[in-house]
Amino acid sequence: MSINRRTVVKAIATGGALIGASVLMPKIAFAAWSKDAFQAKEQTAAMNALFDSATPEESAEVTLKAPDIAENGAVVPVTVVSTLSGVESMSIFIEGNPSPLAAEFIIPAGTKADVSTRVRMGKSTKVTAVVKANGKLYSAAKEVKVTIGGCGG
Amino acid sequence: MSMSRREFAQLLGLAGAAGVLPSTGFAATKHSADPYEVANFGNVRLLHMTDCHAQLLPIYFREPNVNLGMGAAQGQAPHLVGDKLLNHFGITPNSLEAHAFSCLQYEEAAAKYGKVGGFAHIKTLVERLRESYGREKTLLLDGGDTWQGSGTSYKTRGMDMVKAANELGVDVMTGHWEFTYHQEEILKNIKAFDGEFLAQNVFITEDALFEGADEYIHDEDTGHVFQPYSIREIGGARIAIIGQAFPRTKIANPARFIPDWTFDIYDDRLQEQVDHIRGSENVDAVIVLSHNGMDVDLAMANRVSGVDVILGGHTHDGIPAPTIVKNNGGKTLVCNVGSNGKFVGVMDLDIREGKVQDFRYRLMPVFSELLAPDAAMAQLITDIREPYLPWLTEALAPADELMFRRGNFNGTFDQVICDALRSVNDAQISLSPGFRWGTTVLKGQMVTMEHVLDQTCLTYPETYVREMKGSELKLILEDVADNLFNPEPYLQSGGDMVRVGGFDYVCDPVETIGKRITEMTLDNGEKIEADKSYKVSGWATVGARSEGADIWDVVAEYLKDRKVASIDKLNTPKLKNVEGNPGIVDYPA
Repeated sequence: MSINRRTVVKAIATGGALIGASVLMPKIAFAAWSKDAFQAKEQTAAMNALFDSATPEESAEVTLKAPDIAENGAVVPVTVVSTLSGVESMSIFIEGNPSPLAAEFIIPAGTKADVSTRVRMGKSTKVTAVVKANGKLYSAAKEVKVTIGGCGG
Repeated sequence: MSMSRREFAQLLGLAGAAGVLPSTGFAATKHSADPYEVANFGNVRLLHMTDCHAQLLPIYFREPNVNLGMGAAQGQAPHLVGDKLLNHFGITPNSLEAHAFSCLQYEEAAAKYGKVGGFAHIKTLVERLRESYGREKTLLLDGGDTWQGSGTSYKTRGMDMVKAANELGVDVMTGHWEFTYHQEEILKNIKAFDGEFLAQNVFITEDALFEGADEYIHDEDTGHVFQPYSIREIGGARIAIIGQAFPRTKIANPARFIPDWTFDIYDDRLQEQVDHIRGSENVDAVIVLSHNGMDVDLAMANRVSGVDVILGGHTHDGIPAPTIVKNNGGKTLVCNVGSNGKFVGVMDLDIREGKVQDFRYRLMPVFSELLAPDAAMAQLITDIREPYLPWLTEALAPADELMFRRGNFNGTFDQVICDALRSVNDAQISLSPGFRWGTTVLKGQMVTMEHVLDQTCLTYPETYVREMKGSELKLILEDVADNLFNPEPYLQSGGDMVRVGGFDYVCDPVETIGKRITEMTLDNGEKIEADKSYKVSGWATVGARSEGADIWDVVAEYLKDRKVASIDKLNTPKLKNVEGNPGIVDYPA
């Protein structure tokens, strides 16, 4: 029996899948919460606080999907996917935000390195995805434009 | 006074016989006395119209004298105006087609050749192009911006245009301003539309899906709100038509009317779609009916392969010949067919052995005096207008000069709107959107409410008056300028520069965002200061609804009071670094 997309979305929202998710969120996730990194006011400082390094290596094995122009700066969809092996975490930085580190996803061993979320962006800026794999840092970045809109032809 | 149909035909016949017309494009057909005589070619004829903006009746429409291209787009179609455009496409100056495609000697030529477009005239032309080719081998595609732009479309929420499109026989359409009605109205209109409404790039939001939007969307699993493509078998060929709606709809227009849908360009998904169709639908040709705008279409043709033809709209560029873009999959033809019902594109394709072998293209200007109105369509238009005639036909003031909008910066009609906002709302400064729709009024014509509606009629017409800091004003100008002049097409949003009243500025289009706009100066010579507040009036806010009177009532009040439609001063920027750019001619500042 096939299960349609809406049913899946509903099942997740109503808690069925959340039980699974909580099992997948061991203490390590909370232990890894880096208050300094999330509160840092500047991207380099945030990266240093999170990784002790702000120089990830650009990699074609990290795919960052984000719109060229945000439809709504309050909820910009961002997806990070990696084909690297041994992915430990995937983080998203919004350079121009007051606190650039928007999210850090801990990827447990054996989990597909594919995360999607929505981030708030106050203005046009660079979005950077950093993937930590086998202790090394890899990245992909993209400029996202936030416009005041109007004046369509 | 404009000439009779017979005089017109004679003139064309003589011009053809004298051998002064070029042998390509529209002009090539004029060796007979009939400019609409087209030789048949191939086995599939695609008729293409776009951006009619609900202009049911013939109108005047002046092409732009400023349409600047930046970066790689400089000097390329569509960024050519005036004699530069004529030279590029080999069009004889002072000819009928020179008048159709350029702004040169506009008033004189418009008086001579008369109005353009009108659905009853388009209908006659379309019927003829279908009959002469073999009706079953033709399709009529409409790129959208059909349901908005007139008083009757506003009053009927676009349904008048659905009826007109049905009468015209539109087979397939996509959209942009269609999305400025409420979701449920759009769905209702599409249901009443006899053709197919296609959009591969409009998706349902996750939130809406959760709320039960699966009741109406095309495909719950892919999230497509509308059917993404259609397969048609015509002329012995199987062709796919993919719809591409305007990707920036929720940025350029109010998102509040369509909260559950999300738009973008989605190259990757389009490529997947094309590959899927090529792989599983056994097609001979793939056509994209697009509302991206021509610059975006050209860029997309580079990035996405496997598309034979992009029939485009949005930027209102009347381009006499397709641009051929080479890409991984071979080549893609990119067309754009102007606006306001002024043109019908005729793409004849020779499709054999599973592919497009060759093509012939003509962009035909619809000269209303050359085409007898179709009686049934004329009757439908009369019926549509009848309940609103007193409103539409109210005389406001005679035009004391040419009134137009189209161009990168203020046109004279924009200036009247800006002057009206300042005068009626007692503001120092006014702002008006740089839409590309809006018809032209000749000097001496009476400006009616309908003309004002041509320029202003949208579903969020409320005006506002508010205090704005100089810095805020600059931010707005910079933002809009970047949407227009960013050399990367995917970062443009279409539309022209915001129109301004009460101040001038210097604009350097080749600069980057934040640096294009300088020396903002009030009409009294005072510099606009970043920290100082100014009283600003405007209209068409895309965020929240404004509280003021509808813009057309503001303009009507101003014109009736002034008793003449004219301007005292055109607030158009002084431009830097545009020397040698063939996208500008006869610029006043």
